[in-house]
Amino acid sequence: MAKIIYVDHEGTERAIEATNGESVMEAAIKNSIPGIDADCGGACACATCHVYVDDAFMDKVGKPEDMEQSMLDFAENVQGNSRLSCQISVSDDLDGMKVTTPESQH
Amino acid sequence: MDLSSSKRIVIVGGGQAAAQACASLRLFGFEGDITLIGEEAALPYQRPPLSKAYMKGELAEERLYFKPESWYQDQNIDTMLSMRATRIDRSAQTVDLEHGGSVSYDALIIATGSRPRALPVEGADLDGVFDLRDLADVERIRPRMIAGQKLVIVGAGYIGLEAAAVARQMGLEVTVLEMESRVLARVTSPVMSAFFEAEHSRQGVNVRTEARLSSLAGSEGKVATAVLADGTELAADMVLVGIGILPNVELAEASGIACSNGILTDRDARTNDPRVFAAGDCAARLLVHYGRKGRLESVHNAIEQGKLAAAAIMGKPRPAEDCPWFWSDQYDLKLQIAGLSQNYDETVVRGDIDARKFAVFYLQNGKLIAVDAINSPPEFLASKKLIMAGASLAPEILSDTSQSMKEIAAAAV
Repeated sequence: MAKIIYVDHEGTERAIEATNGESVMEAAIKNSIPGIDADCGGACACATCHVYVDDAFMDKVGKPEDMEQSMLDFAENVQGNSRLSCQISVSDDLDGMKVTTPESQH
Repeated sequence: MDLSSSKRIVIVGGGQAAAQACASLRLFGFEGDITLIGEEAALPYQRPPLSKAYMKGELAEERLYFKPESWYQDQNIDTMLSMRATRIDRSAQTVDLEHGGSVSYDALIIATGSRPRALPVEGADLDGVFDLRDLADVERIRPRMIAGQKLVIVGAGYIGLEAAAVARQMGLEVTVLEMESRVLARVTSPVMSAFFEAEHSRQGVNVRTEARLSSLAGSEGKVATAVLADGTELAADMVLVGIGILPNVELAEASGIACSNGILTDRDARTNDPRVFAAGDCAARLLVHYGRKGRLESVHNAIEQGKLAAAAIMGKPRPAEDCPWFWSDQYDLKLQIAGLSQNYDETVVRGDIDARKFAVFYLQNGKLIAVDAINSPPEFLASKKLIMAGASLAPEILSDTSQSMKEIAAAAV
């Protein structure tokens, strides 16, 4: 289990307990967190689950694989800490992580 | 018609469009009752993985569901599962249920989806012959996905080819039968068909085009042989049928709602009855980027029409209408499709087909109308934007890999 804190673009925080093995996207969808659309359901096909990862956790979430990086290269408002949340797997190491959602996923 | 003060909204159907409508109605502030009537035993779940990761056993069942059961309880959504709606009475504003009783509505969303086209040959009812449409189908198929078993797949569409890829990766002996002269004939260009056919052949799939199945034969009620029109007999331990789907319009049609290859809707997913909406595979909608009506069988469409219906009911601004998009995973290939390629008059290839990283653009009178992108997300994402902008691009610019898709898109719109 890990506590994940989702911060929307206006700064509102929503904390949830996520289960190890599910993705940061899945945890958001199950808890009706606004700001993450995840249209493709986690197939890395749509880039609508874009988040900015808390700098303190950048090492822990690892690097994006080629397909994800390629999707990110073309998403809107990409920053150095951009990730697709469907590709981040929850583990104890991520306890307390904040992820911020962009204003729009489209 | 303002329906935002509705007491009860009924959703007939339990797939992705229905799930989206539930979520969007609550998001848009609907506080009345929501009743979801679904024929399947399961809560709404994702279908795409059924012929991909889930079929292969790489995805746990619980990860298929959009929302856990507790979410529907928390949101006060009454889910009536394994339940068939038998009749819509539009003057009484009620939906009759199979085992008696009825549910009244102030607004109704029909999201009845589609069903597999039945295999029109003798022996189609033998044991070991399966459709690949819902969770229950895959539960029957998976125990038979055993290395060395002989699998015959009827139909080389996306479902058939995805299943072929999974089965090969699990060590089955796979034959794909296709009536047309090439795989994916109805949905893509000859260059893409040739690529996928070569890929499957290289992976050891026996791809037989211009092959017409004549009958299935078996012993003791179980399928054993697929017989082709030319007399060829193929041994088969299992047969999967993927020859297209038919929209479930009967309930709407019988109630007098206008249908024509799908339940006809306007841009807000509203039918010719202002209290009745239709969303997903069953609906024929205006394709705003193409200036025609059509039915889309896709995740994008289910999500978007679910949102459109919810927004219209709640009097919210119409959500954005995206360019249609699709994807397919086969082996290590990710195919991403933007737009609708029907009626193209020119194709342009960008990238290296042999390197398995390329895109085929479809143009009509110089205007970009669709792309099939293999392992090429930038081509896919850029094309979505270009198609929505109605951009025209010269073939030599699209094929010029010395320019990034970002640069090409920025110059074009």
